[in-house]
Amino acid sequence: MEEHEQTITNLARPATALERPVSDFPPSQTIFDVRNVAIWYGTFKAVTDVSLSIYENEITAFIGSSGSGKTTVLRSFNRMNDLVPGARVDGEMDYRGEALYGSDVSPTAVRRRIGMVFQKPNPFPKSIYDNVAFGPRVNGERNKGKLNEIVERSLRRAALWDEVKNRLNMSGLSLSGGQAQRLCIARTIAVEPDVVLMDEPASALDPIATGAIEDLMRELKSQYTIIIVTHNMQQATRVSDRTAFFSVLADSENDTRTGVLVEYGRTEQIFQDPQDSRTQAYVTGRMG
Amino acid sequence: MAADTGQQQKADLREPAGWRRAKNRIATALMVLSFILVIIPLGFVLVTVIAKGSSIISWRFLTSDIPPAVLPANFGGMGPAILGTVLITGLATVIAVPLGILGAIYLNEYGGKGPLARFIGFMADVMTGVPSIIMGLFIFSIWVLHFGYSGLAGALALGCLMLPIVIRSTYEMLRLVPDSLREGAYALGSTKSRVTLTVVLPAALAGIVSGALLAVARAAGETAPLLFTILAVMTPNPNIFSGPNTSLPSQIFANATQPYTGAQARGWGAALTLIVIAFILMIAARIVTARFNRYAR
Repeated sequence: MEEHEQTITNLARPATALERPVSDFPPSQTIFDVRNVAIWYGTFKAVTDVSLSIYENEITAFIGSSGSGKTTVLRSFNRMNDLVPGARVDGEMDYRGEALYGSDVSPTAVRRRIGMVFQKPNPFPKSIYDNVAFGPRVNGERNKGKLNEIVERSLRRAALWDEVKNRLNMSGLSLSGGQAQRLCIARTIAVEPDVVLMDEPASALDPIATGAIEDLMRELKSQYTIIIVTHNMQQATRVSDRTAFFSVLADSENDTRTGVLVEYGRTEQIFQDPQDSRTQAYVTGRMG
Repeated sequence: MAADTGQQQKADLREPAGWRRAKNRIATALMVLSFILVIIPLGFVLVTVIAKGSSIISWRFLTSDIPPAVLPANFGGMGPAILGTVLITGLATVIAVPLGILGAIYLNEYGGKGPLARFIGFMADVMTGVPSIIMGLFIFSIWVLHFGYSGLAGALALGCLMLPIVIRSTYEMLRLVPDSLREGAYALGSTKSRVTLTVVLPAALAGIVSGALLAVARAAGETAPLLFTILAVMTPNPNIFSGPNTSLPSQIFANATQPYTGAQARGWGAALTLIVIAFILMIAARIVTARFNRYAR
């Protein structure tokens, strides 16, 4: 837990040498700065005591058992939780120095900069072309030539272009699971977001499609900051630079289960030298 | 034993004999029976109307004015009634379908579980059960008494009848659109109106069109709401906004109750015409939705 205290940096105020992470990795810019966040659904406290910083051009993995609040935290980064009636975020959550839950912040504007790929591929019932062009059109792009260019570039980056270039007019629903997920990734990066949130993007895919998506993430890292929720620990070790381990605090008295951030650090450290016994039990597979 | 003969015993993969197999057969037989029972009235209606109505159908029948009831079947036709039905139902559709779809969008996308949305949903359900003649009386008292008989009054009455059907069917179709699609659109920075217009509505369009068409077909066949709103004249009235009009259902009623065979034959002809109009509408809807629905797999 000492890691995050050391790594809190603020854009508005240049980090002093003491505040920089001790890791060998060059300290890049902080994208998200999360301090003492708890998230509620109505009267149910879904996750508590989350404090961490997300760095630019890194892949951060959220691991942990079901119900530990990984997805809840992920969805609070682009205010998707606003769509759930009764959802509430306590604590401070900054995006590039700006309070994400400030009173004059528009969730729509947030989501244009912070895209999201969901667990289940959810292409729109539109043509492949229109799926990818959807986001740019939302942003007001009407120029046909520009749109063509964006669609091709996004599909190329999502490693799907060669498979669909001759059938851009076919339905997005005609694609296989892995292709559909890559289409959703193409759709997300078509708006040139700053951050891409991925909620178990490969959980429904076979190893080959998973491999393709992981390659893709490594490639996208140079331009985007990625946060990925995964149940697959090998995947976390393969792709991520930093890992956050979440666990469940069970309160037997009130019969409630609340997620909590246990440990956050560089991925090698989390997997090879975990500081918390719960992290150790989880990453060594002694606890599900 | 299998080892003794060196042969593997074959697995018996049939449904086990006894109660389970019997249940299966009984259920299958019941389903076939109910299918036949459903087909019988439908078939008889169609066969009777075609048998009695087809001989009179001709271009003259479709275009001529309605003759006095005493004249035999080879005089006159149903032109004014066809014109009236098309105009009045068309205007009712223009009034009720957009309103109903917007109402359903409010109920499902905007109102949520709020008191207003629940109240509107409840009232729409109640309106579905209101007898159609009440709709006619309602428009008679608030419109016809002040502005006189007109196709517009009939369209208003039919619109009142269609509105709850359109709201209900559209609402059910919007509910079927998976939330993952809405989330996907929100995650790209869309506003709520954009999500609704460009993702939710297109995804539900095929169902919305079929629901709206059922309402149109239902309205086209209604007599009661038109009794007090358009009357039933014999000559064409292309001005839908003023003066009494007529419609196919009104003419079916008026002619079928006559003692003259000529009038009765024209009544059957009008019935067949009405069925054909509904049929054409259904086919048109299928073609339209197939075009729009190209991407829904």
